[in-house]
Amino acid sequence: MRFSRTSKALGMVAIAALALTGCGASGSATGSGSTGGDTSKVILADGSEPQRPLMPADTNEVGGGKVIDMIFAGLVSYDPSGKPVNELAESIEGKDGQHFTIKVKKGQKFTNGEAITAKSFVDSWNFGAAAKNAQLSGGFFESIKGYDEASAEGSTVETMSGLKVVDDQTFTVELKQPESDWPLRLGYTAFVPVPSGALKDPKGFGEKPVGNGPYKLADGGWQHNVQIQLVPNPDYNGPRKAKNAGVTFKIYQNDDSAYQDLMSNNLDILQTIPTSALKNFKTDLGDRTINKPYAGNQTIAIPEYLPEWSGEAGKLRRQAISMAINREEITKVIFNGARQPAKDFTAPVLDGYSDSIAGAENLTFNADKAKEAWAKADAIQKWDANKTFTIAYNADKGGHKAWVEAVVNQLKNTLGIKVEGKPYATFKEARNDATAKTLTGSIRAGWQADYPSLYNFLGPIYKTGAGSNDASYANPTFDKAISDGLNAASVSDGNKAMNKAQEILLTDLPAIPLWYQVAQGGWSDKVTNVDYGWDGVPLYYNVTGK
Amino acid sequence: MTPDYTTTARHADSRRPARRTEHFVADVSETPLQVTDRVKDEAAPLSLWGEAWKNLRKQPLFLISAFLILVVVAVSVFPGMFSQIDPTSEACQLANSDAGPAAGHPLGFTQQGCDVYARVIFGTRSSVTVGLFTTIGVLLIGGILGAVAGYYGGWIDSVLARINDIFFALPLILGAIVMMQLPMFRTNKTVWTLVLILVIFGWPQIARITRGAVIEVRNADFVTAARSLGVSKFGALMRHVMPNSLAPIIVVATISLGTFIVAESTLSFLGIGLPPSVMSWGNDIQAAQASLRSNPMPLLYPAIALSITVLSFIMLGDALRDALDPKARKR
Amino acid sequence: MSTYILKRFLQLIPVFLGATLLVYFLVFSLPGDPIVALFGDKPVNEAVAAKLRMQYHLDQPFWMQYLLYLKSIFTFDLGQDFSGRPIAAVLGEVFPVTARLAIMALIFEAFFGIVFGLIAGLRKGKLFDATVLVASLVVIGIPIFVLGFLLQFTIGVQLGWAKPTVSSAATIPDLILPAIVLGLGSFAYVLRLTRTSVIENMNADYVRTATAKGLSRFQVVRVHILRNSLIPVITFLGADLGALMGGAIVTEGIFNVPGVGNRLYRAVLSGEGPTVVSIVTVLVLIYCLSNLLVDLLYGWLDPRIRYDS
Repeated sequence: MRFSRTSKALGMVAIAALALTGCGASGSATGSGSTGGDTSKVILADGSEPQRPLMPADTNEVGGGKVIDMIFAGLVSYDPSGKPVNELAESIEGKDGQHFTIKVKKGQKFTNGEAITAKSFVDSWNFGAAAKNAQLSGGFFESIKGYDEASAEGSTVETMSGLKVVDDQTFTVELKQPESDWPLRLGYTAFVPVPSGALKDPKGFGEKPVGNGPYKLADGGWQHNVQIQLVPNPDYNGPRKAKNAGVTFKIYQNDDSAYQDLMSNNLDILQTIPTSALKNFKTDLGDRTINKPYAGNQTIAIPEYLPEWSGEAGKLRRQAISMAINREEITKVIFNGARQPAKDFTAPVLDGYSDSIAGAENLTFNADKAKEAWAKADAIQKWDANKTFTIAYNADKGGHKAWVEAVVNQLKNTLGIKVEGKPYATFKEARNDATAKTLTGSIRAGWQADYPSLYNFLGPIYKTGAGSNDASYANPTFDKAISDGLNAASVSDGNKAMNKAQEILLTDLPAIPLWYQVAQGGWSDKVTNVDYGWDGVPLYYNVTGK
Repeated sequence: MTPDYTTTARHADSRRPARRTEHFVADVSETPLQVTDRVKDEAAPLSLWGEAWKNLRKQPLFLISAFLILVVVAVSVFPGMFSQIDPTSEACQLANSDAGPAAGHPLGFTQQGCDVYARVIFGTRSSVTVGLFTTIGVLLIGGILGAVAGYYGGWIDSVLARINDIFFALPLILGAIVMMQLPMFRTNKTVWTLVLILVIFGWPQIARITRGAVIEVRNADFVTAARSLGVSKFGALMRHVMPNSLAPIIVVATISLGTFIVAESTLSFLGIGLPPSVMSWGNDIQAAQASLRSNPMPLLYPAIALSITVLSFIMLGDALRDALDPKARKR
Repeated sequence: MSTYILKRFLQLIPVFLGATLLVYFLVFSLPGDPIVALFGDKPVNEAVAAKLRMQYHLDQPFWMQYLLYLKSIFTFDLGQDFSGRPIAAVLGEVFPVTARLAIMALIFEAFFGIVFGLIAGLRKGKLFDATVLVASLVVIGIPIFVLGFLLQFTIGVQLGWAKPTVSSAATIPDLILPAIVLGLGSFAYVLRLTRTSVIENMNADYVRTATAKGLSRFQVVRVHILRNSLIPVITFLGADLGALMGGAIVTEGIFNVPGVGNRLYRAVLSGEGPTVVSIVTVLVLIYCLSNLLVDLLYGWLDPRIRYDS
């Protein structure tokens, strides 16, 4: 059922892409299941320098995440459509959504020969959660009972009481409360097992990680700032078996230079076509491109702690802003189809996605209704005509300037108010104002899914007091609806409840959904069988030479 | 200027050597007799700059550059007189994105659908302000510090030159990010913020050039002569050393003027320039870079405007240098 | 002269202290908490953040951080960057690459700048002079990120004469195109400085004397005009060496050169104090040494210039 939902969404996207570009060459990915091709080819792909040592629980950015994902295997991995498939898990069983029994496959080994047992998982997860180890992704274990004790500042507790080893191949997990989508999360890189040596010397391990995934790091393979060389792991026997002789991530400082390399065949796969080439890449690369939506979106968060944006007037103003943005026009003109107008707060590739949730009309351009809503808000609380509404973004990476300017102009044209883009020099500065709740206007936000679940797009961002709740949105009705979804008996019931919760969001609009991310990548004429996953990352293991 | 002086000016042949000698040696009372013979005693003595001005007025190079600079200044002060569209009040329409020239829009549109011509005209003020005032700023700070360091030497030179080294090594990007977020600039970034930043990080270059030029001249014979004739050390610096050191300073300053305007663009490219609400050539060049291959025109026009501005200042610098250089005049 | 050089070396000590203090202060004043940024869009785990702040001394007041950094320098351990690597190793990787690039750029701009400037000066007002002026306007008026992109696209991609980006070893042939792009901006300065100096010196008495005593045109130009025109050019080039080493952020970005500019840029953006300060300290030393070299060259080019000692 899940699969059909996704493929339907994909079909729609392909049609949309055709309509948007007026060009028949788009959206043609080579089928992932196809065979043939040269398996002796080493694939050259673009990467970025990992921020932290390559320790799974300490990695939370794309540069390192991409590598970790390939050299480690967890209990499950996600297939191209985002459906979890077992890797190391023999079975994951749980009836009440709170207690799980996990059986690990027999005879699995790390590339250093160490056996992977239930204890490997429990130790690795405990290590990731314990405050004393300061692992950046420790928060992913927060649902497990005992996490709070282990992760408290200065805590000396090193284990979570919710994890128990039963025998060599079995362990049990107890959550703090029922969460029906919890098993879905287990494909995230923080949940992979690491060998016992890693826990003793995490720093040394992070330089030369030893994993169990489809690839392993070549000897001296991490040449900092230059490249990361991966070679196939012959002992790997899961669903992501390598079909090439290795993947070398060349470290790029920006996508523009990577694109030049791609055009001259010095690079085999470029994950993201840079904005400067969006108008040319189909001519440059012919059919060696892909146009496929993935689990990510972009929004503008408007903090409710700003007086003009709180209460009923604030809500009306946010609706006005939302309806004053012509998403179709921007995705077409500025992004050339590399984004899709948003219809909800999640992403179309997810199981349970719906484009017709009540309130979705608030996300459609309607100048008259926008003006009307703005006037209504003015009747409640007058907008100071000298005040400038700002849209903040970080200017150091991400290429946000062009679309922010386009939104600024549309808001000016439709609502007749003063609007300005507000660039932050660094991402760091922007995050600081967002987390310290010192924003003076709206801020661009966005979410890339960690795991394929509607909840991942809603709970961590809009729940009262949630860690990424930049808008400081607090609505008990919404919180209740979300926990109903988590408590649901089945995933599909849960999804229905999540979409119910979204109806509240679509009226309140704590953030204004703009568009869904679309993976637009390209490859050289030396490789074939390129497809992208649900998360917008190429399925490197599947790529072959021609 | 007295009528008397104008008359003398016409007798170019007899006048020039005399004038020069008068200024580069000493008072009439101290000048060798055979030279005083040819000096028109009753003529009002001209200052160095007065003489340079007299020379300048006749140079076509100067006239052309002065005209161009006047035009540029006029555009920066009254942009509304040169463009019917006022991009400060009319927002751009995405429907016009990357459209070619149309009636009333001679240069076409940018990616955001803004009128290129109007933006070039209205961007002049910010860009010229950045270029001109940063150049003036670095000339004042760098020129004075460099001249003092080179001329006096010794420990003054050591201290100033080492401070210079430290500032030279400070990465502009680091300084710019730090300064841009200072409480006074945080919510109000204007071109003046940028001028300040560029002056702080730009003066060391002019200081070095000035120091080098002054070191080259300070031991020249005419300086020694002036000093032995009783001119004070500072007086010799101002009247004899500086005028003869100006050539490289002028060259670097006029090119820097363009470099500063471009620097604003590069800072935008790195994400720390002026906010996009400030219209400037640099911001437009940076924004147009994204669609360079599909529509290069929005980048070309501000770059041409920038080049013309730089050209006029380079020509002005050349003319000024020629006017100030007694040796070049003797031909 | 040797006492002069010794004195200049002693001056490095206050320069070193001043520079590190100033840069450390700037990094300390950078907006935003670098540890918060490590979490990206994800919720900040306060316990983890506190632990990391302690590890990088970010919980200490400014003076303490600076003193700890100085201590780490004097124990020859520059500390670690956020990815856990020794900063000394990072410096050892990036500086050789950028030194190659900067020296190649310097040779390019010096050679072509001086030759073209000399010819333009000798033929002041002629066609060559005007052509060179217009060419230098292109270099001045178009930002490096545009020029670099265009050259990379035409020469690297369309013509295929060079690789668009440098290979992992960043060899000398790889760096030719980036070096040209990097040198272009300064090329205009060298050219016009040479041209102006040549014009000035062409009218000098000693040039007339040299011509009068029957020296060939080439001899006059080489010995009398060129040598006497070089002081401002040398001053500029000396200062430029340092600027090329530290200021190549854009060029290194376009051609993906794993050098100083790229590392410095990333360290500034992420707020890695010790990395920034260490890189800048090395840059200050390079500036001081190149400045010393220039001062020594003054005496060689013009014997009338004396060293104070």
